[in-house]
Amino acid sequence: MSGSNEMEISRRGLLVGSAATAALTTVSVADSQAAPLQPQPATMKVTMKVNGQRRSLDVDTRTTLLDALREHLKLTGSKKGCDHGQCGACTVMVGGTRINSCLSLAVMHEGDEITTIEGLGTPEKLHPMQAAFVKHDGYQCGYCTPGQICSAVAVLGEIKAGVPSHAMADVTARPQATNDEMRERMSGNICRCGAYSNILEAMTEVAGVDA
Amino acid sequence: MNFDAPAGPNLIDRMQVVGKPYDRIDGPLKTTGTAPYAYERHDVAPNAAYGHVVGAAIAKGRIVRIDTAEAATAPGVIAIVTAANAGVLGKGDFIDAPALAGPVVTHYHQAVALVVADTFEQARAAGAMVQVDYARAAGRFDLASEKSSATLAPTSPPTMRGDFAGAFAAAPVKIDRIYTTPDQSHMMMEPHATIAEWAGDRLTVWTSVQTIDWGRRDLAKILGMPKDRVRISSPYIGGGFGGKATAMADVVLAALGARAAKRPVKVALARPMMVNGTVHRAATIQRLRIGVANDGRILAIGHETVSGNLPDGMVEPCTIQTPSLYAGENRMTETRLAVLDLPEASSMRAPGEAPGMMALEIAMDELAEALAMDPVELRVRNDAKVHPGDGKRPFSTRALVPALRTGAERFGWSARIPKPAQVRDGRWLVGMGVASAIRGARTRTSGARARLETSGRVVIETDMTDIGTGSYTIIAQTAAEMMGLPLDRIDVRLGESDYPVTVGSVGQRGATSATSGVYAACVKLREAVAQRLGLNAADVGFDGGRVVSGGRRIPLADAASGGPLVGEDEVEFGEELGKAYAQEAFGAHFVEVGVDRFTGEVRLRRMLAVCAAGRILNPKTARSQVIGAMTMGAGAALMEELAIDKRFGFFVNHDLASYEVPVHADMPHMDVVFLDETDATISPMKAKGVGELGLSGVAPAIANAVYNATGVRVRDYPMTLEKHLAKLPRIV
Repeated sequence: MSGSNEMEISRRGLLVGSAATAALTTVSVADSQAAPLQPQPATMKVTMKVNGQRRSLDVDTRTTLLDALREHLKLTGSKKGCDHGQCGACTVMVGGTRINSCLSLAVMHEGDEITTIEGLGTPEKLHPMQAAFVKHDGYQCGYCTPGQICSAVAVLGEIKAGVPSHAMADVTARPQATNDEMRERMSGNICRCGAYSNILEAMTEVAGVDA
Repeated sequence: MNFDAPAGPNLIDRMQVVGKPYDRIDGPLKTTGTAPYAYERHDVAPNAAYGHVVGAAIAKGRIVRIDTAEAATAPGVIAIVTAANAGVLGKGDFIDAPALAGPVVTHYHQAVALVVADTFEQARAAGAMVQVDYARAAGRFDLASEKSSATLAPTSPPTMRGDFAGAFAAAPVKIDRIYTTPDQSHMMMEPHATIAEWAGDRLTVWTSVQTIDWGRRDLAKILGMPKDRVRISSPYIGGGFGGKATAMADVVLAALGARAAKRPVKVALARPMMVNGTVHRAATIQRLRIGVANDGRILAIGHETVSGNLPDGMVEPCTIQTPSLYAGENRMTETRLAVLDLPEASSMRAPGEAPGMMALEIAMDELAEALAMDPVELRVRNDAKVHPGDGKRPFSTRALVPALRTGAERFGWSARIPKPAQVRDGRWLVGMGVASAIRGARTRTSGARARLETSGRVVIETDMTDIGTGSYTIIAQTAAEMMGLPLDRIDVRLGESDYPVTVGSVGQRGATSATSGVYAACVKLREAVAQRLGLNAADVGFDGGRVVSGGRRIPLADAASGGPLVGEDEVEFGEELGKAYAQEAFGAHFVEVGVDRFTGEVRLRRMLAVCAAGRILNPKTARSQVIGAMTMGAGAALMEELAIDKRFGFFVNHDLASYEVPVHADMPHMDVVFLDETDATISPMKAKGVGELGLSGVAPAIANAVYNATGVRVRDYPMTLEKHLAKLPRIV
């Protein structure tokens, strides 16, 4: 399969390459007459409760929940690290459940209750998890940190609620906030600075268990 | 302030604030999501348009035709930048590959166009409408194939001492091995991002650049404008590791886009564009030849390396540590560069030492086994009194042996069974490994401005950056120490090109250099305070928020009652000390792994680093630097590898799912020990860096632990399970 692909591209390259010199052409926007007018993007109204406040937006239907938060509501605490669900920096809670907000369209959240990092605490009044991250130095550059903290808060909630995980030997047993359990559940949140060991200490303190 | 002689006793020695494990002063902002990163500056550019980068679909060749007609009429589109309308672009000093292709394409995902539109969604949709025809050219994409044509790298000249060939030939015990390390990606969490705005012929960029002055210099050169008309602001940087050392493609494209759109433009590189579209750490092929006497003393040591890059690109200087680390009269190193047509390779955390130690420290483990000698003991036996490469310079400090001994004691090294594959724990084969750590302790001229406000607070301004390293906090601690104030009376402002120039966050030299600049500025501010108060600067003390002279204790704020006072200076590091002393930071890494005897999966069980890096300015943030480096080292050992498509010449796994980095579940609890040390030859702070020391040696310690667990020696990083699975001890 890869062989035929290579041949196809090579043939195309050959044809183009033999078509004489490279004349770069560009069309400036003002002068352009060539293409027909394209339809305007579809927009939709959506109303969400964000950090306890009712917020109504008229958004492009392609806008992700993450971009609605960051670009429209100016809640830039939720971070864009990869924009396709690989890093966890955009983690927020929807109806108490954590999600990757980059993998969700804003218009899917009509009536939803969204909690972002800004809804947990402020620099003057930190949420206990935020305070524990500061105390245990559970961050370095700070870019993945809001996602880590939202996940950490949600993970302790999941364990309390008895949601099972891959790390449990017996998925019907009651999960405990052990190191292995928390590490497994936090593994969707990447920290390239490598603060994992300290994040676990922060979570352990908030969970009220021995490290 | 000149620094060309070892520091005597000074104010930092008081260690009332410096050296204490304070929480980061930027912690409340970072943990609440209120620290503003580059792309988030709605406050400075509320009307910014969105730029979407269209990346080249070939690795090498030419653009034959580019058709932007359809994209130009797409809804919301304001401007489209291509090489045809971007004007002539120059070259920066640090990065060679042009940000914008046309007609020549030098690498895959090089920008061929920037589409600027009112919204992100519009720009992205229009970007997909840009039609490009390419003429592909053949390229060189395989380091092993190009190895024989590699030439000596002028930036890393060969080193030689004694008669290597003769001594190696005559050595009773020797090894001659090839080790390979793969291309690696920085993968910092914040993608390269910039907001650019023009005001007439002046340009401001809010961006994410580790070294502000390099970014300013290179951006000005690329755009062909005077440096003083470029302003850069990077107060918060979401990681860099060398990948944001200077102005990268996002900065150039945002500036071009803003000029074309006549309004501010924001550009972030999409995650899948970062790997091929910017820079990476080059793969290496290294040969180690070490000959020893029967008692373990090194008689001959030779280290050769080759890496690939663009013709003018940097070489990965993997032999850099070899002349400094172990004793031996007869030695040689050679560092070669092969020309490759892959994306440009550049600096990634501990360039040279990180991959260099990955080879050298497995070689030492192999040698210890050949000698039937403990690997810690072999290293101790080859400690050096003077720099082994030149046989002359003393080390300013050299705590390699204390690091190894302390680590062995703390880790329980004596329990290690030298014969591999002897320890079982259920389904796990268990092993322990060790490696030395070394990283150059360099400095570079750095300045700062210290201002006493009428409120009595002190504001520090420098263009130093905090990329997660803790710069904000150690700079505040330095100022607090110097001015006799509590930490919460200091405000630190970083990352602005209007502020005094520093080395920035590169090469593990930022902490000691930038805080020394603050030290110098505070010396000036103290003089200004004394003068304003009519006191003799020589016998004035600063303590508890007061200026103390004779029996008088004057509130510091009184000195500024008539208006703020400013002290500004830079510390200029002479070359004398580096010539008189070999200046390196040392350490040792200890690791215990479990290898699943059925699947070959490697799990880290325990990790310990012992570091001797001069004065530790803040043990909490310094420890975080080290555990972060150990995590990156775990990635280098076990999973990180950019896979090359050698037909088309690009890195295939160019995102965070397919380029695997360590996650929570991969990392055990880690321990770090700092040995008590000051090094007066480095700076007034007597400190060295730790951020790269913490990485140099981690991966080979893991590799050696895996060998001790399995008895299968893998010399080709990363140590993924298929490389040893078929050779694991038989299951009976």
